[in-house]
Amino acid sequence: MTNWKVILNIAKTHLLTKMKSTATAALGVTFGIGAYITLVSFMTGLNDMLDSLILNQTPHIHLYNEIKPTERQPVSLYDEFKNSVNIVHSVKPKESPKKIHNALPILNYLKQDKKVKGATPQLRAQIFYLSGSIELGGNLVGVDIMEETRLSNMRDYIVGGSPEALKNTENGILLGSGLAQKMSLGVGDRVQISTVKGAVFPLKIVGIYQSGIADIDNVQSYANLKTVQRILGEARNYITDINVKLLDIGEAPAMARKLAGQFEVTATDINEANAQFETGSNIRNLITYAVSITLLIVAGFGIYNILNMLIYEKMKDIAILKATGFSGRDVQLIFMSQAMIIGAVGGLLGLFIGYVLSRIIDNVRFETEALPTISTYPIDYNIGYYLIGIAFALLSTFVAGWLPSNKARRIDPVRIIRGT
Amino acid sequence: MDLVLETKNINKHFYKPKDFHVLKDISFGIGKGEFASIMGKSGSGKSTLLYILSTMDTDYTGELYLNGELITGKSHQELSRIRNERIGFVFQFHYLLSEFSVLENVMLPAKKLAKKSHAEIEHDGIEKLKMLHIEHLAQQRASRISGGEKQRVAIARALINDPTILMGDEPTGNLDSHNSENVFSIFKRLKEEQGLSLLVVTHDEDFAKRTDRTIQMEDGRIIG
Repeated sequence: MTNWKVILNIAKTHLLTKMKSTATAALGVTFGIGAYITLVSFMTGLNDMLDSLILNQTPHIHLYNEIKPTERQPVSLYDEFKNSVNIVHSVKPKESPKKIHNALPILNYLKQDKKVKGATPQLRAQIFYLSGSIELGGNLVGVDIMEETRLSNMRDYIVGGSPEALKNTENGILLGSGLAQKMSLGVGDRVQISTVKGAVFPLKIVGIYQSGIADIDNVQSYANLKTVQRILGEARNYITDINVKLLDIGEAPAMARKLAGQFEVTATDINEANAQFETGSNIRNLITYAVSITLLIVAGFGIYNILNMLIYEKMKDIAILKATGFSGRDVQLIFMSQAMIIGAVGGLLGLFIGYVLSRIIDNVRFETEALPTISTYPIDYNIGYYLIGIAFALLSTFVAGWLPSNKARRIDPVRIIRGT
Repeated sequence: MDLVLETKNINKHFYKPKDFHVLKDISFGIGKGEFASIMGKSGSGKSTLLYILSTMDTDYTGELYLNGELITGKSHQELSRIRNERIGFVFQFHYLLSEFSVLENVMLPAKKLAKKSHAEIEHDGIEKLKMLHIEHLAQQRASRISGGEKQRVAIARALINDPTILMGDEPTGNLDSHNSENVFSIFKRLKEEQGLSLLVVTHDEDFAKRTDRTIQMEDGRIIG
């Protein structure tokens, strides 16, 4: 039978009369948990931001025709040489159209698939931007702009003008921001482009596109799919790339394999394209947890130390409690409840401090060219981290309190009272 | 006469630093309402015996009975309960919890027992303090009162659960003659007015002489 009221009352009196030690121990936990919450919120906030940056810009599955040599060279088809060793020098890639065969039926097929959130056609064309006598090499991507903005965060990267303006302007172009700077052009101006074959077209700038990656912004622009088809003099079914967004990103690899086999195109999925990216995220998470756990272990040692000291000081009290009928278990509970009170109070305070610090970081200005939509540091306010934080605070104080309180349980009152 | 406390052939060894037979075949009993004292030289084993009788020391052979019930071999949990409910203990050094008030110190064992409500326990505590003429100290912190007062508070605490027997390990050893006399008369009164059994280890021959019975110990044996 445990008399919690008495035990908690004794624990409370001990804690209050040793306010300094109590505060030190609790602050250790507070600091550990506060730092954990701040770190993990900030780190995962950054991670999520970078993830979404990549995930939103990269299609889950990308279909295109890759330029590559034929796997089976003609010589191996010829029966006469079947038993000979064939060596073919200077193999050239197979001549094949860049366009995806049957692109429109594939698009229709994909749009009816329930797992697919959307599929957009793209046409990539090599062009030159003309500025007086200067020709700047680059490419022009023909897109279905409204679908693109629905499926990716492309709208965020259009810093001047709007996607609607492109949709409504047949000869419109969303010019790369690097190009606009080089050629001193802005929204409303006209730019001349020429195809590889030499045909020149004037296009109206309806917006500026800034991905934040200079290599892209210096060469790439967007126009309507129809416009690019017309510039290249190709038919309405001339499409070089199909980007697919799935509802569940986890299905991307399997789906990519299936589509590659079904339509005889090259299909890369997002995991393949961003393998190194995933590694970066994992390592950042690892560092966050390593630092947090280190902080909490340090806090745990603080509690261990202070409880040990307290028990040493209270040796006589423990003896007297035992002599007057408190069992070893009661004594252990007294010191355990002290540890748990320190853990709970310190932990909750830590959550609060962590939240306040996160809030402060959240309001610090963070402006970078790479991320036009971000103006302050990103923070992930996930309730899960707060639960983990308080759970870890209680766990570490429990462990830190267990050893000293167990010692208190085993103290022999006779030895203390007799002073031997 | 009913025996409150009885021992049969209690033997105890200390093994450190080397084997030492500290108690040899101790068999005796304390009757109800008896005021007994144990005397003996240092090292005669009298305190060791007292701590075995108090159930705090369980490392012995032989049998210990309290109110005819065999105590030997019970779990620590049960022994704590027995100490709490039936044995009052007074030490040479007062041993109060210094952070608590006098009244809280007195009430603590009763709160642990949890047989009565808080109000009843408080009432009992005040009663015990009144009986010992220290009720005016009730709200003082235990660390703020004098040595003689502390010992009286300790006696009040030992009595709070109305124990069967009160044990003392040189309860007057640390007090001046006036306070010693005071404690003795309290013990005497408890025996006479409430029929309490008392067993006190002492060095003080005058104290021992005035008790009902003196148990003399030498070299781990009772010699008279």
